[in-house]
This record gives sequence, structure tokens and C-alpha cells, in this order.
Amino acid sequence: MLKVSGLSAHYGRAHILEEVALEVAAGEVVVLLGRNGAGKSTTMKAIMGLVPPSAGRVEFDGAEITGREPFEIARRGLGYVPEERRIFTELTVLENLEVGRRPAPPGATPWTPARLFELFPSLGRMQDRPGGRMSGGEQQMLTIARTLMGNPRLILLDEPSEGLAPVVVERMAEAIVTLKASGLGILLSEQNLHFARGVSDRATIIEKGRIRWSGTIPALLEAEEVREQYLSV
Amino acid sequence: MATLEVEGIQKSFGGVQAVRGVSFAVEPGEMLALIGPNGAGKSTCFNMLNGQLRPDAGRVRLQGRDITGLKPREVWRLGVGRTFQITATFGSMTVRENVQMALLSHHRRLGQLWRPVARMDAAEADALLARLGMAGQAGRPCGILAYGDLKRVELAIALANQPALLLMDEPTAGMAPQERVSLMALTAGIARERGIAVLFTEHDMDVVFSHADRILVLDRGALIAEGAPQAVRNDPRVREVYLGSGATSGH
Amino acid sequence: MASGLTVIFGVSRIVNFAHGSLYMLGAYLAWTLVTSLPRGHLGFWGGVLGAALAVGVIGLVVEMLLLRRIYRAPELFQLLATFGVVLVVQDLALLTWGAQDLLGPRAPGLRGSVEILGLRFPLYELFLIVVGPVVLGLLLLLFHRTRWGTLVRAATQDREMVGALGVNQRMLFTSVFFLGSVLAGLGGALQLPRESVNLHMDLAIITEAFVVVVVGGLGSLSGAALAALLIGELHAFGILVFPKITLVLVFLVMAVVLVVRPHGLRGKPQPAAHGVAAAEPMIGAAPPALKLAGAVALLLAVALPPFLGDYALTVLTEIAICILFAASLHLIMGPGGMASFGHAAYFGLGAYGAALAATWLGVPMLGGLAMAPVLAGIFGVVFGWFCVRLSGVYSAMLTLAFAQIAWSVAFQWVELTGGDNGILGVWPDGWAAPKLAYYYLALALCLGGTLLLRRVVHAPFGYALRAQRDSALRAEAIGIDAFRIRWWGFTLAAIAAGVAGGLFAYGKGSVFPTYLAIPRSVDALLMVLLGGVQTLSGPIVGAIAYAGLQERLMRLLEYWRLVLGAVIILLVLFFPQGLAGAARFFWERRHGDA
Repeated sequence: MLKVSGLSAHYGRAHILEEVALEVAAGEVVVLLGRNGAGKSTTMKAIMGLVPPSAGRVEFDGAEITGREPFEIARRGLGYVPEERRIFTELTVLENLEVGRRPAPPGATPWTPARLFELFPSLGRMQDRPGGRMSGGEQQMLTIARTLMGNPRLILLDEPSEGLAPVVVERMAEAIVTLKASGLGILLSEQNLHFARGVSDRATIIEKGRIRWSGTIPALLEAEEVREQYLSV
Repeated sequence: MATLEVEGIQKSFGGVQAVRGVSFAVEPGEMLALIGPNGAGKSTCFNMLNGQLRPDAGRVRLQGRDITGLKPREVWRLGVGRTFQITATFGSMTVRENVQMALLSHHRRLGQLWRPVARMDAAEADALLARLGMAGQAGRPCGILAYGDLKRVELAIALANQPALLLMDEPTAGMAPQERVSLMALTAGIARERGIAVLFTEHDMDVVFSHADRILVLDRGALIAEGAPQAVRNDPRVREVYLGSGATSGH
Repeated sequence: MASGLTVIFGVSRIVNFAHGSLYMLGAYLAWTLVTSLPRGHLGFWGGVLGAALAVGVIGLVVEMLLLRRIYRAPELFQLLATFGVVLVVQDLALLTWGAQDLLGPRAPGLRGSVEILGLRFPLYELFLIVVGPVVLGLLLLLFHRTRWGTLVRAATQDREMVGALGVNQRMLFTSVFFLGSVLAGLGGALQLPRESVNLHMDLAIITEAFVVVVVGGLGSLSGAALAALLIGELHAFGILVFPKITLVLVFLVMAVVLVVRPHGLRGKPQPAAHGVAAAEPMIGAAPPALKLAGAVALLLAVALPPFLGDYALTVLTEIAICILFAASLHLIMGPGGMASFGHAAYFGLGAYGAALAATWLGVPMLGGLAMAPVLAGIFGVVFGWFCVRLSGVYSAMLTLAFAQIAWSVAFQWVELTGGDNGILGVWPDGWAAPKLAYYYLALALCLGGTLLLRRVVHAPFGYALRAQRDSALRAEAIGIDAFRIRWWGFTLAAIAAGVAGGLFAYGKGSVFPTYLAIPRSVDALLMVLLGGVQTLSGPIVGAIAYAGLQERLMRLLEYWRLVLGAVIILLVLFFPQGLAGAARFFWERRHGDA
């Protein structure tokens, strides 16, 4: 469903992405693994049109979307959940969800606040609380819920476990498995291998803006030298 | 005497109790970890200790002296160093100048209008940087440093006023696993050598269980467990509200 | 009542000088429409509404042609561009409607007045007092009860994220701007029966709007509404009771509010800026080539003048003064990280300090020159106390408001300052009367002052200024009192500007309110931005280039504002990183591929 090939990006004169290639199918979770600053977030931003790509091609559902405006890309059904969460702090939970609302594609069951509160019960208990007065875990759930309100068919999920308590990370993993089962494609970025291996089908390792390794999760668990070299675990 | 004594501190925001009567103490040279779910009140607790927030009730004492409700810069003057979850350094200055600023402030020379900074406290700054393994980077601007190195610069700044207490908010967040271990080993070494009490929050359980002497667990604004790492790890309540089954954290 | 404008301002946080111009255009257009349409209800109210809509369309054009292109530029440059619009519109209005004040007709049906508590209130004032809250209420509903309002509030905080959620944020902001422009036009048009239409309306209303936003609390809609009502009523009643000192009243209210509630009536502390700002460049020792160039320039500045004529000496003296003026502003903008849109206040206060000392106290020139930094410094301490508590554009707004207040006092307090006629006959003592001697005096003081400022930047105080700019959090955590450092930095800059102003007064032999008016503040800003905020030599180069350019323009052209405004707009459009940034870009490109 999502196909990225030869994607490069520059910041000033420095290469920050070099010929990144990856694919994600419907109902599949692909994890982008790498250290801080390896290029995970930049890859997602370049796909989303938030960082202008200098070369390469991004296709979504067979149509090229390279370098389009972020709002056009979002309207085609690609959702983006940023690492920094970027909750609208002055808006309530319900208002945050309202900002994300977009009509569902024909035939799909649209996400509603009520359905999202089933997925993230703790959000349902604080519908009128301003985003700025929520804990990190709650904000992380809200930012995912907000993106789902746009009824995307694939989401880019940037380091959802960062800075969260282990028990919240477990709940996040359950939510990802539920979403995957509903047919949503997910490109996940992570540093936490324990978390990633439980929810993902395939892994891609990025280092200094280049893809270094791609394969299935079982293959990654076999390849100890790959993990040692790029993930230092 | 304990370096830091906290007695029943409380704080609420808009009617919601974020911290409800937390008490503990940190001894000289001790590494004390504060863990708990997001929103449990860790940051609020932390901010009350260094003066960013004023507690609604309770007392905070540093080496026997009441510091409750003092401003951060006053708390710092009394000997509390701090590192931040997201590093905060002066990006337009070199590594050495960053440390010099803390030294100049410590010696109360910031109001000076005439003598160039370049000639003030440079040797002392270099000595500190050498202790942290950053001597080779002293002349580089902080704005272009790698993240792990920035964390070390922050530690050097925090040590400049010879603190009795070091507050570290998620010291290893955003670092690669190996860097985490070396930074915390370095911190523990310095703390023991100088008798500095260290209080830190952390989500990486590898770091917590391998470097903390003692652990406090906070949930919904109250302490639910306190003790040695092994005891805390096996505490059923801690497993329920915080650690979980261990499936996603490797424990 | 310009409440609507303020609310838009508070919500969208699009800081925009051009709103003042739109307000003024609303008044002028309404005058034209109302006086040319048939008399009666239709003529008046139709004219008012027609003017508001026309202004909305003008705003739309400005947004699409200009603002849309510069959203990614630094905030300061955006402000500067809108100021360019102000200058252009001022001259266009001057061209179209002439310089004299225009009187509009009374509103039909609301000509009378009623008596309340022994005071006579014109009906039209009462009408406005009612209309204001009604418009505000409608806006509040719009922002809090509609999807459009929710989107606007979200986009105010994080435009990019709203875009990534599938909202066409560009159209969204255009619509906000249209609404804001209509309201600004309406506000201007409704003033028609109250007061004459003139060319000062734009900056006057902007000052008021800034004060309202700051008093109300940044980003708080209800706060802005409350403050708009408070200030509006203060004006309405103040004009009836103390007509001369309404501005001072407003200032006092602001002072009280900020002392009691530092973040405004309903404001919260500003959240830390999202993300990490690009690191400011380092300040190092000047490279040898630059030192050499400086030495040569200094040598020429000392050796050449005896061979020059009086006119050239006057220009050179002014350039020397400009250098100190620009360098003083640079101290707060560069190392201090604060923007000032009202730095001329201290320049002008210095000039008035010297002139008042000379004419009222009869002190000799050196005494007058000593008074200049004293007066500027005193006001630097007072105004600075308010300005440095805020940050970024809000602080800049406040500096502008204070400058405007200082200007209107100088303009209105005719008994002391001579008002528009200024103070004449401020001449140097005998020994400094020859142009050459005065030039050397100015050169010595200005270069001395500039070098002193440079020394300060390299000393611990200058580093502390940079420290609080780079990371307020870290500065506080190592015992730096950022507020006090900024405050003294601001005062130091005011004192230096005062010296420049005093020298200027004696150089010209007279002092006028224009010395502390906004355009002069913008002169200083342009000098600093032209040269580049990043380097210490920037403001010096900028001052020399700009002073020369402006001198030429003003001599050659009657409508110099139009040209200057256009130049500013073009600069911002094509060099959004400033001339220094553009130079670096080209330099890197030339050397980068090698």
C-alpha cells in the first residue's frame, strides 16, 4: 500500500536521508529500528511531506504523492502520529479529536470518539480535560486517537513507547495489535526492540540516514551481529 | 545527616491532587531512583525539590536547611545541580564556555562588564570536562554536539557548583543502550567519590535496576513502594501499576 | 472600538502591523463612500459595511500576495514585512486623501445624547459601547462552538500538525485573515462619526491593540475580550472626563495589571517554544581581515574629514550617531534575544533630555549631553521592567506601545515640548560649534560607546545575556536571574541610545517628536537586520549602508515611505534570512562545491 523508493533528503548541505526504500502492505506492521538521530523521524516526515525530499518516490495506493502538501497526503488516507505528540494543549480531548476528523472512505466504518474510547478507555474518562493537563501516556493515546479520527488506511507511528512506563507500553502494544487486526497498515519507528518484536511483522534498520538491513522479525532475532552492530543490544 | 529530606510534600493543580504527601530522604553518595507510571507525579515531585514549583504543604530540607519554596536559582546556590530530560545547554557557546558560565555564576562574577570571559575560570572548567571524558571537545560549540555528549556537558555544568545533591530527570532518555550504561556508571562513580546524593527518574529498567542503590515507586501522587531493587522488582503492586508482565521491557 | 481586531489578534497570534493600516483604510474608505452615497440610513450604514468588506478584500490580497510567502521566515521578518505594508499604505493614503484630517458625518438616527449621572453621553458612543460586547460575544461563540473555530485555535498552536491531519491550513489562515480584516475595517469605519480621519490612526490603534493583548493575557480569548472592554470603556469615559491623559491612563492600567498578574488578566505562563530552535551562531574574535578593514575605516574617519565640506561632515556625524544607535539595539536583539520595535523612544528621550536641559535649565552642552543618557536610562529602567518580562513578539509589541506612548506625550504636551513644532536652538557650545569639531566629538563618543558595548558582549554580563537567550531553563538552573540580566541589558541599550540621541539633538540644533516615532525605531531595526544580527560588526556595516541610503531617498523623493516600505517588503520576500544570511548562502554555495 505504501511504497518508498530512493528517498533522499538534505538539511543544508548535509544528507539526512539517502535512498531510503521500504514497503508496507495493508494490515501489516513494519518497524523502522535505529538509534536516536538515525533518520527514523525524518523518513516519516519526508513521506508525509513535512520535510521536502530531494530525490526519490513515495507511492500510496499506487498514486505518487512525493512532495505533495501534507494536508493532501493526509486526505488520501495516510495518518501521521509524531514522536513529540504535538497535542493541542489548550483544546480538550474531544476538541483534539474534532480537529482530526475526516470522512471515512466509502464502505469503512468511521471512527467516532465513542469507538476510540473503547480502544483507549482512559481517554473516555477525561473527555473535557485540556490536552495540556494530561500525562505523557494519555497524550500518546490521544495523539493516536486524533490521527485515527481521520479514518486513515495506513499510519506512520513515530516512537510511541518513548518515555512511557512499561505498563503503558504494554497497553500501547495491545492497541497496535487491535488496529492491525482491523486491516490498518502501520509503519512504526522504535528504539525499544522488546516492544517492536511483539507487534511487528517485518523490520528495517536505519543508520545515518541509510537502510542497513531489512527482513522479518524472526530473521532479525537470528542475526545477532546485525543487532549488535546497529542497535547495540 | 541525610543530604535531602522530604516531608509530606503535596501539590494540586486545579483541584486534582498530583502529589499527595510524599516523604523520603537521600543519603550522601546514594543513587536513589524515582519511578512510576506517567502522570504519577514524578515530574511534579522533582520540580518541587528544585524550586520550579512551590509545594502546597510539606517541607524540603537540604543538609538540614529548609529550602521549601525557594526559587530554582536560590536552590542552586545552596548546592543542588540539575540535568534535564531534554538537554538544556547554551547552544551559541563552546562546551568550555558552558561550564565557565556555571563557574562564573557560582563565583558571582556574572555582573562584570569589562574582563573577557575567555580569561576567567577556564582551567577549572577544563579540569571538570576532563573528569567527564570531554576534554577533547572543550572548544566545540554545544550546538553541534552529539546527544550523548550533550548529556555529559549537562552533567559537567551541574557539577560546577560542587553540589551536595544532583537531580537528574530521565538522564538517559534518547540515548543508545551502551551510552546509557557508561553515563550512569560515570555518574555513580563521581557521586560516590564526592559524596553527592543523586536522585533520578528513569523509564529504562535496565538503568534503574543496575545503578540505583534504592528505588522509590510513585503512583497517583503517593509512594507505593520503597526499597532495594530486588525487593521492588518483586513487589506485586509495582508489577501491576508500573512494571507490567515484562514482555515489552525485557524483564 | 477595535475589539474585534484584538480578538483575532489574540487567537491567531498573527502579529501584524498591517491591521492598523486596514483599520485606517476602513475609516478613509467609509468617509469616501458615506460622503459620496446619498444621505440617510442607507448611505451611512451601507457605506460603513461597504468599507468593511472592501477592507476585507484588501486584507485578502495582502495575505495571499505577501504574508503567505513569508510564513516560514523568522517572526521578526514577518513583522518587518507588515511594517513595510504600513509605510506603503500611509503614503498611498496621503496620495489619495491628502494630509488634512477628514471629518465624517454624524450617524443618522444616533445624533442626540442622553444624560446619565449628570454626564452627557452622545447616543453614538452608547451605541458603540453596546456593539463592542455584541461583536465579541459572537466571536467567542464562533471560536468555541464551531468546527472552524476549533481548527483555528488548534492551528494557532501548531499549524504544521493541523496540516498533517488533513486540514488545508493555508485556506484556514486566509479565512481568518479575511475576517480580521473585515473587523479592522469595520472598526475603522465606525470611528467615522466620532473623530476625524487622519494618517496617525494606524499606529495609534495598533498600540492600543498590543496593550489590550498584553493586558488580557497572551493567547487568551476571554482575556483579550475582557481587556478590550476595559480599555475601550476607559477610553470612552476617559475622553469625557480627562480628555488629555487617556493614553497615560491606559498605561497606568497596564502597569497595574502587569504588576498584579504578570501574565495578564487571563493569561497563563507562555509554554516553552515547541521544538529546539536552531542554535544561534557563536560570537568569536573578529577575523584578521575584518580587524584590518576596521582599522583602515577608522583611520579614514579620523584623517579625511578636515578636507571635507560642511554637508559631508553633517552626514558623517549622523552616520557615527547611527552606528551607536544600531549597536545599542543590537545588544538587546543579538546577545539579548529580545526584539524591540520602539528603540527610538530612548534615542528620542536622549534628544529631549539634552534639549530640555539646554532650554529650560540653561545648562551648557556637556551638561545636556550628560542629561541625555540619564533621561533615556530612567525610562529604560521603567519601560524595560515591563518589556523584558515577556518574550518574543509580545515583548516587541510592548516596546512599540511604550515608544508610541512616549511619542504622543512629546506630541501632545505642547507646554513642555513645543509639540509638533519641537524645541529649537539646541546648539553646541562655542568650541564644538564648527562642524569639524562636533564631528570629532560625535565620532569619539559614538565609537567609544560602540567599543564599550562590544567589550560588554565579551564579558561575563554579555555571556549571561546570551545564556538566558539560549536556554532560559538552564540559565535559571545555574543561578542566573534572567529577568534582571535582561532588564539591565535593556537599560544599558537605552543609555547608549540616549547618548546617540543627545548627540543628534546638538548636531541638528533642534528636537522634534519624530525623533522618538516608530519610523525611527524601524530605521534602527533595519540597520541591525541589514547588517545581520549574528555578528558584532553587522550593525556597524548596516548603519553605514542604511544611513547613506535613507539620506539619498529623503532628499530625492517626496513619497519616501512608499519606496522604503516597498524595499522592506522586497527584502523580506527575496532574502527571508536577511542580507547576512543571503550572503552566507551564496558564499557557501560558491565554496561548498569546491
